[in-house]
Amino acid sequence: MSSFITMESIQHSYNKEVVLKNVNLAIPEGQLFGLLGPSGSGKTTLVKMMIGLLTPSNGIIHIENEQMPSFHQMQKIGYMAQSDALYNELTARENLLFFASLYKIPKKLRKQRITEAASLVNLTEHLDKTLEKFSGGMKRRMSLAIALLHHPKVLILDEPTVGIDPVLRASIWEELRNKQKQGTTIIVTTHVMDEAEKCDNLALLRDGYVIAQGSPDDLKAKSETQSLEHAFLHFGGGSHANSSNH
Amino acid sequence: MRIQAIIKRIIRQFLRDKRSIALMMIAPLLVMTLLWLVLDIEDYTPAIAVTDIPEPMQGALEEQGATILEVDAHRAGTLLENDDADAYLSFENNQPELTMEGSKPTATSAVQNAVSSAVKQLNPNAPDLDVSFLHGSSDLNLFDNTGSVLIGFFVFFFVFIIGGVSFLRERTQGTLERLLATPLRRWEIVIGYLLGFGIFIIIQSIIIAAFSIYVLDIYMAGSFVSVLLMAFLLAMTALSLGTLLSAYAKNEFQMIQFIPIIIVPQVFFSGVFPIESVEWISAIGQIMPLTYGAEALKEIMIRGGGLAEVSGDIGVLIGFSAAFIILNIIALKRHRTL
Repeated sequence: MSSFITMESIQHSYNKEVVLKNVNLAIPEGQLFGLLGPSGSGKTTLVKMMIGLLTPSNGIIHIENEQMPSFHQMQKIGYMAQSDALYNELTARENLLFFASLYKIPKKLRKQRITEAASLVNLTEHLDKTLEKFSGGMKRRMSLAIALLHHPKVLILDEPTVGIDPVLRASIWEELRNKQKQGTTIIVTTHVMDEAEKCDNLALLRDGYVIAQGSPDDLKAKSETQSLEHAFLHFGGGSHANSSNH
Repeated sequence: MRIQAIIKRIIRQFLRDKRSIALMMIAPLLVMTLLWLVLDIEDYTPAIAVTDIPEPMQGALEEQGATILEVDAHRAGTLLENDDADAYLSFENNQPELTMEGSKPTATSAVQNAVSSAVKQLNPNAPDLDVSFLHGSSDLNLFDNTGSVLIGFFVFFFVFIIGGVSFLRERTQGTLERLLATPLRRWEIVIGYLLGFGIFIIIQSIIIAAFSIYVLDIYMAGSFVSVLLMAFLLAMTALSLGTLLSAYAKNEFQMIQFIPIIIVPQVFFSGVFPIESVEWISAIGQIMPLTYGAEALKEIMIRGGGLAEVSGDIGVLIGFSAAFIILNIIALKRHRTL
């Protein structure tokens, strides 16, 4: 199977502390792929490698057969960080305009793309407000709009629904499904089990290892459990399982 | 095009931050004005207590502008003690004796000047010395002398803080990482920052220089444009240094901690205090950007030098900026290796 994103024997350490031990992942094109794991399991580090911010200490990452980091691929990635990285002094439109220029969206298209991205996340009425007046949920949506702005082939979202109310969460997932139908490959990190259920395929991360991989149903079947949470416990096995989850 | 986007964004952001604009544009004027009030003082009038001094001597002293208080020896002691007189002049057996109050250098030298001029005036045989000035004039006071250096200092200080903190905030609020997740090149960020703030720096330089020269009437022998150019170069050095050092600060507080370590020492070695006589101390100043900016500003404003005379300083400042810019581009590798 030819895969869109491949990660081969990835190891990484920060100041001698090993955060990723031996990660192998293959993500096919057009999938909605979930990275599930508790905080500190190495999800964000993996994400930073995929978007080209971080070069692993060992191992190779390819996107579309091109080794990362590569500016060429970075142009095709839409990224939503875990914390909202926005300019609060500027209006929503100005934020979008700025990132549109960074991705070199042609001037003629910019206006249209901004209107489109804003309506996708329901922020059309608020485009000319400065972000200081935005609520946390609105800022989250704003970050998603920026990630969608340049019609990326890959969307990489780090905990996109943290701190977001259920209605909004549902609408964000719906939007992701729509994008997927249009052929976008989507990678989402989460530590919420019921969100993980919505992914086509999952990698369960724990302490820098991928402890299991497969579709949610596969994982439940293989572990002979009823829920992903129990599956996680099963694969995580070991001594800490009882203390960290219940 | 990406650089343009960064420049535009910085201008928009800065224009909405009224307080920072005030800090950059108005605070230096306020501080310069206060300094002017403190340093631009008229000649000090010394008060001299006297007992039984010859009539011509007293007349000569009064002509020199000293205030004469005729008292007895006992009263003179009290006057000196209470700081109501700066010196006490008495004649013991026709031998003049001068006692200084001594705690204020300005008063002491004013008394010395008055007395020695008076003595010279009374001695018709003393040669009349004609003093002329190659640079400056006899009324070049402390403000004129140090003001040129201080213009450089304030430009440096305020730009360092504002530039450094904004670049730091880019990191702490996560936008630097977000920027680096786009295909933006590392050098584009650094150059974009320099150009974006460069526009405000030019305005700031014009305001500070024009205010000092035309409103506070600081001594100015050279051309205004040359002063502007030096202020601008100095500010660019401060901006590139500030943005570079912000990489080594975790938060705004740690950025402020650079002030006593990086900024304040530069004042000591930049020519506000006379250090020319000790070579190894001057050598320390040679590694500090402000030294070169201050030297050039002094050359232009007091000696009336043109840009040719300060070309060495211009070269060094450009060199400092270039080095800081390159180091900053390298320092950004910590956030993205590519």
